[in-house]
Amino acid sequence: MSLNQLTITQAHNGLKKKEFSSVELTEAVLSQIKERDRQIHAYLTLTEELALSQAKRVDKKIANREEIGSLAGVPVAIKDLILVEGVRCTAGSKILAEYIAPYDATAVKKLRQAGAIIIGKTNLDEFGMGSSTENSAYGITRNPHDLERVPGGSSGGSAAALAADECIYALGTDTGGSIRQPASFCGVFGLKPTYGRISRYGLIAFASSLDQIGPMTKTAEDAWLVLKVIAGQDKMDSTSSNPPGRATKNKFQIKDLKIGLPKEYFVKGLDPEVEKTVKKAVSQYEKMGAQVIEINLPFSEYALPAYYIIQPAEASANLARYDGIKYGLSEPASQLLDVYLKTRQRGFGDEVRRRIMLGAYTLSAGYYEAYYLKAQKVRALIKEDFAKAFEKADVLMGPVSPVPAFRLGEKIDDPVSMYLSDIYTAAINLAGLPAVSLPCGRINNLPVGLQIIGRHFEEEKIIQTAQAYENISA
Amino acid sequence: MEGRPWDTKMKLSKEQVNHIAKLARLGLTDGENKKFQKELSAILDFIEKLDKAKTEKVEPIAQTTGLENIGRQDESRAKSKQETEKLLKLAPETKDGYVKVKTVL
Repeated sequence: MSLNQLTITQAHNGLKKKEFSSVELTEAVLSQIKERDRQIHAYLTLTEELALSQAKRVDKKIANREEIGSLAGVPVAIKDLILVEGVRCTAGSKILAEYIAPYDATAVKKLRQAGAIIIGKTNLDEFGMGSSTENSAYGITRNPHDLERVPGGSSGGSAAALAADECIYALGTDTGGSIRQPASFCGVFGLKPTYGRISRYGLIAFASSLDQIGPMTKTAEDAWLVLKVIAGQDKMDSTSSNPPGRATKNKFQIKDLKIGLPKEYFVKGLDPEVEKTVKKAVSQYEKMGAQVIEINLPFSEYALPAYYIIQPAEASANLARYDGIKYGLSEPASQLLDVYLKTRQRGFGDEVRRRIMLGAYTLSAGYYEAYYLKAQKVRALIKEDFAKAFEKADVLMGPVSPVPAFRLGEKIDDPVSMYLSDIYTAAINLAGLPAVSLPCGRINNLPVGLQIIGRHFEEEKIIQTAQAYENISA
Repeated sequence: MEGRPWDTKMKLSKEQVNHIAKLARLGLTDGENKKFQKELSAILDFIEKLDKAKTEKVEPIAQTTGLENIGRQDESRAKSKQETEKLLKLAPETKDGYVKVKTVL
């Protein structure tokens, strides 16, 4: 096994035992990127110098016999929607082609303090808007399992980098499925934490009531290690919070676990092979002694329409800041209005403009109540659906995506069919819940993800549940 | 690309798309207008499914984790020269340490 294939835990143990140095580990990852990324195109920017200088610092600590934390000396890839001070951050958009981040995102700052090695910035759908990474202004990313297929999106670069062993772990962001869907397409582990568990400070805003940063890793255990480091309330993000009360180490056994299967997640539109693979994974839990019950989420069918009102509405407000004046692309014109019009016409791609217009429309005079207010009421109903389900079950399980990785170009000309990629994931963001995508099998060569959804702030439980499956399938 | 009547019912007119684009401060060519007219109409068709959801007695929500208003003192924080310089460097046009804006009126 080469060093770049290690998990965080394996890398940490190797570093501690001095089997290899952080510089060697970092160089192994960099050389894999140089060999493989010409095909995959997971990275938009490499931070080789920064990475090697960080690695040397950790090696010095190890040589001095200082204690090192679990992430120290281990290379991480960062989605190019999250700011790393002094490094270009494009958001996958032409409008930020020259933008050099003036500060670190809180999550990045915490990683740096923990001694993480930042290896580069990964490709994404522009501003996170998409499910295939085809909406990047900087070219597509290919799925390492099948180069003719998409890696999913919007965190497709992070997922592909991880699947191609071009990093040890990565950060992604998830607004309606953007960590979980690419994780499922690329066969890696992805955690979308509870809304607010990780500060959004320094995350370029897309839809602020839904956006969440989260880890993408090779194992469930690794995701927990990353979450522990980057989570926590932050005064720079007033919507961030710590788990209420004392965070209890909720140890439990799979045989005491009640798993809810939402009836509405196993209906027409779900690929029969995906259904078979997901149900087989659920039956493994039954074999371990868990109790599986059917539950109902009656408002499920309204989740995606509500999501595609709330999310573009918030996006249209957030993206108003790209005005060609404070930063970013600026198209010259004699009148101020023309600076706006031209800058935003040339700087934003088609999908971003579609969503800005959709949001502007549903928020405009005369339409607000019919669309936005209605969607917020439906959001309340969806949250209630989950609350009721969690009275009966400890965790919920279902598919992440209705299909495995689709072909490049297959959905790019049909926005609505692309939006349907979020059908099993967007509701979780509307309700603010944590959920993971756990690799649970393959169809031919294409990975399938099992989604495990938990109560607010119960990341630990869904991660431990995922770990139990990894243990028996290892 | 011409919108064909059997494709999607056009919910938005050319004028409406122009109006929305103007609200959103997005420049638009005629060709782009046609394309967005068709695509936005298809999306509106899709989201209008919400009409069927019964919400008469439901209060709308914008947050989910039980947060209440969080306040702070309305104080500014002096930025260091390095911080200010970094931010000014990002601006397309500056003058005497200020971001330059075109005449508004």
